[in-house]
Amino acid sequence: MTDTFAALAHGMAVAIQPMNLLYALIGVFLGTAVGVLPGIGPALTVALLLPVTYKLDPGGSLIMFAGIYYGGMYGGSTTAILINTPGESASMATALEGNKMAKAGRGGPALATSAIGSFVAGTIATIGLAFLAPWLVDVAVRFGPEDYFALMCVAFVTVSATFGDSPIRGLTSLFIGLTLGLVGIDKLTGQARLTFGVPELLDGVEVTTLAVGLFAVGEALYVASRRHHTEEKLEPVRGSLWMTKEDWKRSWKPWLRGTMFGFPIGALPAGGAEIPTFLSYSTEKRLTKHPEEFGKGAIEGVAGPEAANNASAAGTLVPLLTLGLPTSATAAMMLAGFQQYGLNPGPLLFAERPDLVWGLIASLFIANMMLLVLNLPLVGLWVRLLAIPQPWLYAGILVFATMGTIAAKPSVVELSMLAGFGVLGFLMRRFDFPIAPVVVGLILGPIAESQLRRALAISLGDPMTLVQSPISATLLSIALIALLAPFVLKGLGRFKANED
Amino acid sequence: MTSSDPVQPRRVDRAGLVIAALLAGLAAVLVWDARGLQSTAMYGMGPEAMPVVVASGLTLLAIGNFIDALRGNLPARESTDPVPVFLILIGLALLIAIIGFGGGFILATSALFVTTSAAFGRRAIVVDSIIALVMSILIYLAFDRLLTLSLPTGPLERLL
Repeated sequence: MTDTFAALAHGMAVAIQPMNLLYALIGVFLGTAVGVLPGIGPALTVALLLPVTYKLDPGGSLIMFAGIYYGGMYGGSTTAILINTPGESASMATALEGNKMAKAGRGGPALATSAIGSFVAGTIATIGLAFLAPWLVDVAVRFGPEDYFALMCVAFVTVSATFGDSPIRGLTSLFIGLTLGLVGIDKLTGQARLTFGVPELLDGVEVTTLAVGLFAVGEALYVASRRHHTEEKLEPVRGSLWMTKEDWKRSWKPWLRGTMFGFPIGALPAGGAEIPTFLSYSTEKRLTKHPEEFGKGAIEGVAGPEAANNASAAGTLVPLLTLGLPTSATAAMMLAGFQQYGLNPGPLLFAERPDLVWGLIASLFIANMMLLVLNLPLVGLWVRLLAIPQPWLYAGILVFATMGTIAAKPSVVELSMLAGFGVLGFLMRRFDFPIAPVVVGLILGPIAESQLRRALAISLGDPMTLVQSPISATLLSIALIALLAPFVLKGLGRFKANED
Repeated sequence: MTSSDPVQPRRVDRAGLVIAALLAGLAAVLVWDARGLQSTAMYGMGPEAMPVVVASGLTLLAIGNFIDALRGNLPARESTDPVPVFLILIGLALLIAIIGFGGGFILATSALFVTTSAAFGRRAIVVDSIIALVMSILIYLAFDRLLTLSLPTGPLERLL
């Protein structure tokens, strides 16, 4: 307990150095500005802004990252409320009620309850992170390679199969990611795999190239292809920005309940913020004293899901920082940010670079506070960003997206891969395959393979080592149950449907 | 929507069959590539084991996607307009070609900007070209001078 306070105080001392405060401020500003653009979720925000941090020292860049991360989330909810295009599925519930509120001239209070709710949830969840992380690190140092391998199996299954619409399509995405992860030199034997004689492929597929291609280029192609279907309408912010006493009274409980859903589910390797936001939405719908307002702009329906969304974002940092396990596309991009400095999140990082880890955690508090102060007064500026005509908006997004690759590796091969991943992202959107599992597969696949090979080398090739460790055996059973559950439940559902 | 037969309401999804075939093809490529690897590991698995595992998974998923396609289980799709997609792809191809032949960052990204803008329905190519040039020059200066990132240089960059 006291250790955590000491570490956190040390982190605060790092974070409030003037230079670091400036980095955090630039981060939240850029994060909100990019996140507010329609169709751009937090994962893409982080991916697009990665090149901005190339030349900073790791500490400063991670602090800027914390700001970009939270800024992207705030920006996304602003878009969801004002033009009803959620940049990610976790903002869908917000768009449902928030956009109705904006249409009814209550856009101000909707933005306010989402901003304050995000602040409350983000703060509580970051405290949760600060206290949970050291404990999990203690557990994680006892993990052997076979346990890590089993843990990654759990993440693979939950991210792709358990919570999606179709386990087959989710797993297909995951295996595409795993295939991409095989490209390059095998770290243990130095042999090249799947490089087809192309020297640029020896280093493997860059995470940022894949993510920017799938998310940015893919999204631009997809939106362009179905431009004739959608007509976006920007709701002006009319009336007071401030919440009335009644609004406060109806908001504070949903904020807290949303946090209670968001943080634990985000901290489990269960993938994404969709589940807690929808749980929160349905709970508020059930508990409200104004059920007639739901579907027409109920403030509880914005307050709860927004809090859940932010709390789960902080929650996903728990497995990311303590185990090096990204469980959402955004967390995967954060991991890519660490890796560009050769840093690997995990128990070792807590021991070796406590200043970095705790500086980052402290910066999350500061970024949250800055956003609360910045976001509401600046809402006019964000609204103006939303009014950029679509052709220029997507042209600008593509220029910025390719710029990241051009700055990192200005080769024809790398740019062609970016374009190729863009086409892949377009086709996956068109045929309804989830995208996050591809990114998670690319990042975790090679790690899982090396842990498995290490475990088998230690056990002299005996595969029983995977079930002899109690931790690994438990985790593998969980993975198996999580893999089979959707198929069994679907079968039950069909059985019931036949009975009717 | 032509088959209104109540016994078989859903039709075979051709795109789904193509997806299944592509997955099976990818699995075959993995196995073919893994055959060229030497297993040097004394104990446990060598570098060729994981590609085979992934290929087996892909094969199973190809079968799963194949069954889904036969049953017509794929989610409904809206009509798409291929022209803007090709325009953006042409823009990306131009960008790659200009960078590849040493045309520099500004010309390359300007070409991408103008084609994308056209893909989204703009027809004012001259105005967009000017906007694109100004924007990419500003980005170039900001990143090259302020953040000291090296972006590819061409004739225009050398003038700055």
